[in-house]
Amino acid sequence: MDMFSNLSLGFGVALSFQNLALCFVGCLVGTLIGVLPGVGPIATISILLPITFGLDPTGALIMLAGIYYGAQYGGSTTAILVNIPGEATAVVTTLDGHQMAKQGRAGIALGTAAIGSFVAGCFATVVIAALGAPLTKMALLFGPAEYFSLMVMGLCFAVVLARGSILKAFCMIMLGLLLSTVGTDLETGQERLTFGIPALADGIDFSVLAMGIFGFAEVLRNLETPEARDVVRAKIGRLLPGWSDIKQSAMPCMRGTVIGGTLGILPGNGAVLGPFASYTVEKKIAKDPSRFGKGAIEGVAGPESANNAGAQTAFIPLLTLGIPPNAVMALMVGAMTIHGIIPGPQVMTRNPELFWGMIASMWIGNLMLLIINLPLVGLWVKLLQVPYRLMFPAILIFCCIGIYSVNNQPLDVAFTAMFGLFGYLLIKLGFEPAPLLLGFVLGKLMEEKLRQALIISRGSFMTFLERPISAGLLLVAVAVLVVALMPSMAKKRDEVFTE
Amino acid sequence: MKKTVIGLAAAMTLALAGGAHAQGYPTKPVTMIVPFAAGGPTDIIARIVGDHMSKTLGQQIVIENVAGAGGTTGITRAMTAAPDGYTIAMGHLGTFSAAPATYPGLKYDPINGIQPIGLAGGTPILIVARKNLEANDLKSFVAAVKANPDKFNEAHAGLGSVSWTTCTLLKGQLGVPKLNAVAYRGTGPALNDLVSGQIDFMCDQIVSVSEQVKAGTIKAFAVASAQRSPALPDVPTTTEAGLPEYQIEAWNGLAAPKGTPKEAVDKLVDALNKALNDENTKKRLLDLGAVIPTATDRTPEGFGALIKRDAAKLDPALKSAPR
Repeated sequence: MDMFSNLSLGFGVALSFQNLALCFVGCLVGTLIGVLPGVGPIATISILLPITFGLDPTGALIMLAGIYYGAQYGGSTTAILVNIPGEATAVVTTLDGHQMAKQGRAGIALGTAAIGSFVAGCFATVVIAALGAPLTKMALLFGPAEYFSLMVMGLCFAVVLARGSILKAFCMIMLGLLLSTVGTDLETGQERLTFGIPALADGIDFSVLAMGIFGFAEVLRNLETPEARDVVRAKIGRLLPGWSDIKQSAMPCMRGTVIGGTLGILPGNGAVLGPFASYTVEKKIAKDPSRFGKGAIEGVAGPESANNAGAQTAFIPLLTLGIPPNAVMALMVGAMTIHGIIPGPQVMTRNPELFWGMIASMWIGNLMLLIINLPLVGLWVKLLQVPYRLMFPAILIFCCIGIYSVNNQPLDVAFTAMFGLFGYLLIKLGFEPAPLLLGFVLGKLMEEKLRQALIISRGSFMTFLERPISAGLLLVAVAVLVVALMPSMAKKRDEVFTE
Repeated sequence: MKKTVIGLAAAMTLALAGGAHAQGYPTKPVTMIVPFAAGGPTDIIARIVGDHMSKTLGQQIVIENVAGAGGTTGITRAMTAAPDGYTIAMGHLGTFSAAPATYPGLKYDPINGIQPIGLAGGTPILIVARKNLEANDLKSFVAAVKANPDKFNEAHAGLGSVSWTTCTLLKGQLGVPKLNAVAYRGTGPALNDLVSGQIDFMCDQIVSVSEQVKAGTIKAFAVASAQRSPALPDVPTTTEAGLPEYQIEAWNGLAAPKGTPKEAVDKLVDALNKALNDENTKKRLLDLGAVIPTATDRTPEGFGALIKRDAAKLDPALKSAPR
């Protein structure tokens, strides 16, 4: 079959000494910046872009791709150990991953995340190789209306399945949506909620909000109860999950891979939805949903697999259509263009060694990540044994450096501090910050897609119901809400959450 | 507070320069501000040209990406920096010619308040449409748009972007300023919806769309330049296709703050010209579908005139565009 000859061409390219070395460097750098809170792949890739000037395009892209999926890997480490999601995709991992760490199962959480990511990565590589081209057609079925409905569905799930009161979760999502509207209006250029502050003209940066609400606030909360953290420090636990853990996480891992991989193909950063959707599904089908949010291993295995699968299938639109689905992929387009390869539908036929070499390198990269990470997990866990008086300032400094490096804006750091205080207030009042972040991440896109759909339909809301895929997605959303609000279900849900 | 920070930064830059005038310029690395994210078309041209300019100047040119507000954030920062030759900026059609009409509160005056250095590259603009649109050439497309402007949707990459600026000009010239415009965050997502047929047409730089045209996923009506582009030799010019008044290029050019010493400007102009004469640099620019600027456009006077000319051309359409 063609796929095998193509893959063998790819492995031939990827296994050259230079490309292996570049892949390794990329994965290592990626893991490192993923682990450091605040320094994300976007900042790193833009900084490293000029360095790739001297490399051949295949090698350059292999390294940059390594940084990208390496960061996804590293990001979950920080999410589990320090409860800070470095990337939007790691938000969900904080929920159960950090709880596991608190129960002295940090090692197993990290091990599960690493193995889950590897399995998902292998699967995604095969999917890209086999189905890349046909799958792109599916992505093209999604216009603005479908996209909007997909996000509505996502947010409905978020409300229903959030920990604690539905009302509070709803408020948090709405607040997140509201925060996402800050900045210049896309259609009219009008500044909204910026109060004349130039730094707000382009809206609030994701990292500013995430670092503040998760990073700074977590530090503040921990300062309040120093002794609670000592428990975490004492027990790190084994790294390799035991048989019962594997049995528990095998299916979530597979489901997460399918969910994340599918959503990752969608244009417009569908990968963000992956971990979240996976978490939702796991919680829904679990025999005892009350364990979620309290250190359920499925809540780590599923989303982590989804996250990595999505990170990789996000390359499909880029490689087959030449259209970047998110900011990191947009940088990849830049890297390709700098090297004289203009991304487009013809890359696959005109530069087969680049296309298949990159795909093969992804599999090799995932294997490397597993090998790099399992021994290094010990090192990351040691981070926890650093005394608080050193660790907290270090986290804050890394966050500040990371935030400053995104836009070179001092004001961003001040905003992060402000969101830190706000996040602390939320914790005190019993509000979950995760739905807020989800609302924020999806808000911008949702508004954009809503307005696009309405402009195209000349203002008719019927467009969302007339298009079958969109209508189907909205139907699911409504069904979820109805089920959750039915008195019998609501009661059961309350019982589950009040335990 | 912001002003203090800028003032402080300016003072520090001055202090670092040690009060030395441009004698022996440059004695330290030169910062080239790119007002867009790394990897975009302007950034790529800046890096290719800056790479060679560093060799002539004997000092590294450091690219700093300061994105925001259609590029005006970065250009504002560059144009309000100390005029010592150590801060220059790579702007484009939007930030220099279109910005005054697009952003009423603009903090720099690209016509009289900057020191142009020279044009670095031009990129032809292409009018493209979804592949199953009825019209197959520019004439029938223009006729269809004029007859039924409310049946069409145009996509652009947000207010102030090249695609918005050039398409607004087109709509102004066709007398359909109110034609439905759908805004996207960047060319990529807009192109995605054009390929999938959700929208009807857009105007964009040849480098962003040429591969899709070659693959037949979208169709091109005309290139808005005097000559056909070697990247797509089959696509006629607007003059050939019957719309000669639509002539616009998305150019990139270098400028420094007003008051930059003449020696510094001269050395930068010389470095720019040497870069654009270098075969390797030229080839890299041509590979992108860019047009190498003429000798006149590479001078401060020629580039200044171009900024003025395009501003005059764009002003009426941009000012009357519905917001």
